[in-house]
Amino acid sequence: MVDLSQYLPILLFLGVAIVLSTAFVVLPMVAAQFTGANKPNPDKLAEYECGFPAFEDSRAQFDVRFYLVAILFIIFDLEAAFLYPWAVSLKEIGWTGWLAMMTFLAELVLGFVYAWKKGALEWE
Amino acid sequence: MTAFFQTHLGYGFGWFLATLILILIIALPLMLAVAMAIYADRKIWAAMALRRGPNVVGPFGLLQSFADGLKVFLQETIIPSSANRGLFLLAPIITFTIALIGWAVIPFGPDMALADINVGLLYTLAASSLGVYGVILAGWASNSKYPFYSAIRAAAQMVSYEVSIGFILISVVLWAGSFNLGTIVLAQKGEIFGIINGFGFNPLLFPMAVMFLISAMAETARAPFDLTEAESELVAGYQTEYSSMAFALFWLGEYGNVLLMCALNATLFWGGWLPPIDWAPLYYVPGIIWLFIKISAFFFVFSWVKATVPRYRYDQLMRLGWKIFLPVSLFWVFLVSGFLMLTRYGAGA
Repeated sequence: MVDLSQYLPILLFLGVAIVLSTAFVVLPMVAAQFTGANKPNPDKLAEYECGFPAFEDSRAQFDVRFYLVAILFIIFDLEAAFLYPWAVSLKEIGWTGWLAMMTFLAELVLGFVYAWKKGALEWE
Repeated sequence: MTAFFQTHLGYGFGWFLATLILILIIALPLMLAVAMAIYADRKIWAAMALRRGPNVVGPFGLLQSFADGLKVFLQETIIPSSANRGLFLLAPIITFTIALIGWAVIPFGPDMALADINVGLLYTLAASSLGVYGVILAGWASNSKYPFYSAIRAAAQMVSYEVSIGFILISVVLWAGSFNLGTIVLAQKGEIFGIINGFGFNPLLFPMAVMFLISAMAETARAPFDLTEAESELVAGYQTEYSSMAFALFWLGEYGNVLLMCALNATLFWGGWLPPIDWAPLYYVPGIIWLFIKISAFFFVFSWVKATVPRYRYDQLMRLGWKIFLPVSLFWVFLVSGFLMLTRYGAGA
């Protein structure tokens, strides 16, 4: 049985961290109101472009390879997630468990070789 | 300390107050350490370029980071009119929060971790992989071209190296037989001939230690992998539209992550709070001092690399991550687990 109370300090730490970082963002905004540093104007608030008004939507198309990397990441990260419980219980599961995991890894290596040959990992 | 507060303030509230103080004992020196790390980085970088670096504010320029902090604090927070205000301000908060919470499970000495959970390593991995949200939110919410491209690049880069970090960590977990960072540190005691502490000294695990160091640089987007803020092509990367403390939080978060990665390098491969040699007099030095020395040494390496190695191209970065680190670390899982089966576990099966 997992003792959840040992995670309580982490929850508290998360709370402290959020409060600290929110204060760091909000306090300067409040301070700027009082010091008079806060002087917005339309040119200042325009998005950055090298010295001329931006002329197309910035959320435009991007290279499909970034998407491909994200998909490959999910496959291999899940694979790693499978390996974690196996890694700590190797002593108990013995050769049977080792062989089962190596079979699984071999199948994933096949997939990896396929992705490589298909050119999913190419960035010319 | 918890017991002391509990006898005076009741069980629940005493625990709460004691834990809160412990958290501040970690978080506040960490922020001080980040300020000093930025100063050290600038000094080391300057020294390698035969410059002086910051030397005006305070003795040897030691107060430079604080002066910068104050200046940034008093500046105006500019929120671009086309940005999504909420997400725009949320991004630096996420980045800095994530950089802080990773430290909750790092053991600073024997039984000196804030939360001594049994899956500590998994927790740090989870915390460091959340860091990508701050970056991609910042780039997307800015609604500006350069931050957007930078955010996509950063996401792909962090995600790629996380895969190989995952496999490298499995080798360590296999060798130590535990996820608990305290147990992993203790397992490194007398690793070589019973006198040298640290998995990194083991020839089988040394390549993993090197790969973890390089992956840590790529994961935190430090030079030579700082393509997310490649100033020659992307202005300042995903931080381009930020100003004031919101901008500074990205910096603090980045250095916080770098220090966390240095601490992980020290903890996982080089003995953490153990002295390097298993010799009784060395144990009189408190463990936290050894950990501090190791973290500083790794931070120097990070700085050194930043000062001397030219930046990678994006295709080279991806090739290193996917075509070299991933197959090698995968093969090492096979190698380490096979070696363990043959020598440690297999005999009884």
